[in-house]
Amino acid sequence: MSTRTSGSLRTYLVTRLLLFIPNVLVILTIVFVLMRVAPGDPITVARGGQLPPDQIAELRAAAGYDRSLLQQYWDYITGVLRFDFGETIIDSREITDILLSNGGATLTLTFAALLVALAVGVPVGLWAGRRRDSGTDAVLRVFAILTYAAPVFFVGLLFQLAFGVNGLGILPMSNQADPRVYAQTPKVTNVFLLDALLAGDLDAFWNGIEHLILPALTLGLLLSGIFMRIVRVNVVQTLKDDYVEAARARGVRERRVVIQHAFRNAMVPFVTVLGLQVALLLGGAILTEQTFNWPGIGSQLVRYLTSRDYVAVQGIITIFALAVVTASLLIDIINAIIDPRVRY
Amino acid sequence: MATVATPVPGPDTERTGGGRRWRRVLRGIARPYRDSHGVARFMLVTGTVLVTIMVLLAIFAPWLAPYGFNQVANDAGRFGQHVPPGAGHPFGTTVQGLDVLSRVIWGARTAVTVVLLALLFSLFIGVVLGLLAGFVGRWLDRVLVMVMDALYALPALLLAIVVAFLLSEFVGGGVATAALAITAVYIPQYFRVVRAATVSAKEATYVEAARAMGAGPVTIMGKYLLGNVVHSVPVIATLNAADAILTLAGLGFLGYGIQPTEAAEWGYDLQRAVSDAGAGIWWTGMFPGLAIVLLVLGLTLVGEGLNETMNPSLRVRRLLPVLMPPLERPSQEQGEAR
Repeated sequence: MSTRTSGSLRTYLVTRLLLFIPNVLVILTIVFVLMRVAPGDPITVARGGQLPPDQIAELRAAAGYDRSLLQQYWDYITGVLRFDFGETIIDSREITDILLSNGGATLTLTFAALLVALAVGVPVGLWAGRRRDSGTDAVLRVFAILTYAAPVFFVGLLFQLAFGVNGLGILPMSNQADPRVYAQTPKVTNVFLLDALLAGDLDAFWNGIEHLILPALTLGLLLSGIFMRIVRVNVVQTLKDDYVEAARARGVRERRVVIQHAFRNAMVPFVTVLGLQVALLLGGAILTEQTFNWPGIGSQLVRYLTSRDYVAVQGIITIFALAVVTASLLIDIINAIIDPRVRY
Repeated sequence: MATVATPVPGPDTERTGGGRRWRRVLRGIARPYRDSHGVARFMLVTGTVLVTIMVLLAIFAPWLAPYGFNQVANDAGRFGQHVPPGAGHPFGTTVQGLDVLSRVIWGARTAVTVVLLALLFSLFIGVVLGLLAGFVGRWLDRVLVMVMDALYALPALLLAIVVAFLLSEFVGGGVATAALAITAVYIPQYFRVVRAATVSAKEATYVEAARAMGAGPVTIMGKYLLGNVVHSVPVIATLNAADAILTLAGLGFLGYGIQPTEAAEWGYDLQRAVSDAGAGIWWTGMFPGLAIVLLVLGLTLVGEGLNETMNPSLRVRRLLPVLMPPLERPSQEQGEAR
């Protein structure tokens, strides 16, 4: 039996990995088509009127925009495969450079937000699921709907008002660290908290944590409501299952039934849903970064959108799309490993 | 218990013709409210009240708002900048000297208009494409599913930003641009639901019978499949409307929604308010933010309430303890009708 199970797991993983290729191709094609339905070419849009026509023509030729669409499409796809997303028009930066220097901030923010969401959502969902239809349950469900109904930037604004300089004045409202601290910390990994630790500078690390609290809470709350609802629904459902009943009948303590029997099974669908929330997390990160002046990829996207830099926008969107597809691949693999029913 | 879901049978159905059609429609709208109990009814009623208030604000904005959304002065002269809430301006004024209360009320009009347009567009496109993909099948189905799945995988806000960004090149930023940007986000959801329902209904006996009687593909799709599919739309549509409000506000917050000179938009107001927060000015962000929360909350509550009332898997356990009252009700109505 066990050999057959592991065999089918391998088949599943191989199939899933192979499916990853068309997934990526389709999403890249969509990004390309979306970015190219606009009239004119990126260089003219970004620089038209600022430079003489012959210089624009020169730039166009250099970037390959005078070639056929099919040729450009091929260049784009092969470029992405080589991790070459092009060069921004307005300040001639490599897109990969943006990913390296600003990706760390986005990663820190999303990871911290995920921690907040898990720490709030899972226990609260478990609690609400156990006390289904009680007053507590109703209050917690309203809380879940509210966290969804409040836009991230509004929650961020409220936090700034409450904890910022004019509120309690205990937490900073923007950037990853105080400018002086940030400038003094050597950039090794471009993840500020890690860099501070590597430099052995605990004050800088603490400063970074202080700056992280409000953005992470803001983005984390958005997800926590969703997590709470999923955990609640699944706990309610598993608590109705026969094996839970059987465990109770055998005289297993209620606490043990909930934690050991129901909770573990309720977590399986949760992992699937976690994968679906990656897109929401990234979208929320763009807004959170903008609210807290957080120097991540989202803030760069907004900057290049404002200056109408097509190449930069296309590159950054490609990175976001790849991140989502890769995350869903990882989640599927984890899911297949923990749940034997997930197989092709 | 089943009598609740099915229309009143027998003589009543025969009687319902022509002029009474509007009454049947009204009854259809009222049904979820009559059928719901406890938490579901509470959610439905609270949500409906919130949404109704916002829609009324939207419709009567010109009469309710004390000033125009773009008005910085009246006969008495220019409004002050950052005036705290008080007699002249109940919600205060912004840094540009705009009246916050007026912006909030006009903003309701923008939000309702954009979301209605976006829902209609995405519903139409999603339903048509879903029917086609499910009914035609083969390569068309495969290509559409692939494209829709990829669109669905992209972060909604990102997709909306890209579409708004591109459209602003063609037509400039306006209500239509924002609506189209949001449309692109929600097409895949309707597509999925409608396609799945079509695929499963296509093989049903009644469709086969229709085909045997010589009905063409258009008739089958329009008359038999569509009717079978629309019942799942209200729940998705209300929940999507809630989400669309958030997407619109997100677009506005990033500066890609509606231009401030064209209409009042809550997300844009919040963007301007972020810099005020550092100076301890709370009223410029608080009121537009609360407006978003209330409208999204209202729509979500309606959607959830409808879901609990109309979704059979959730409904059964809700109705079980109240088995008797619904059984009495139809007989009373019949009695009155006669």
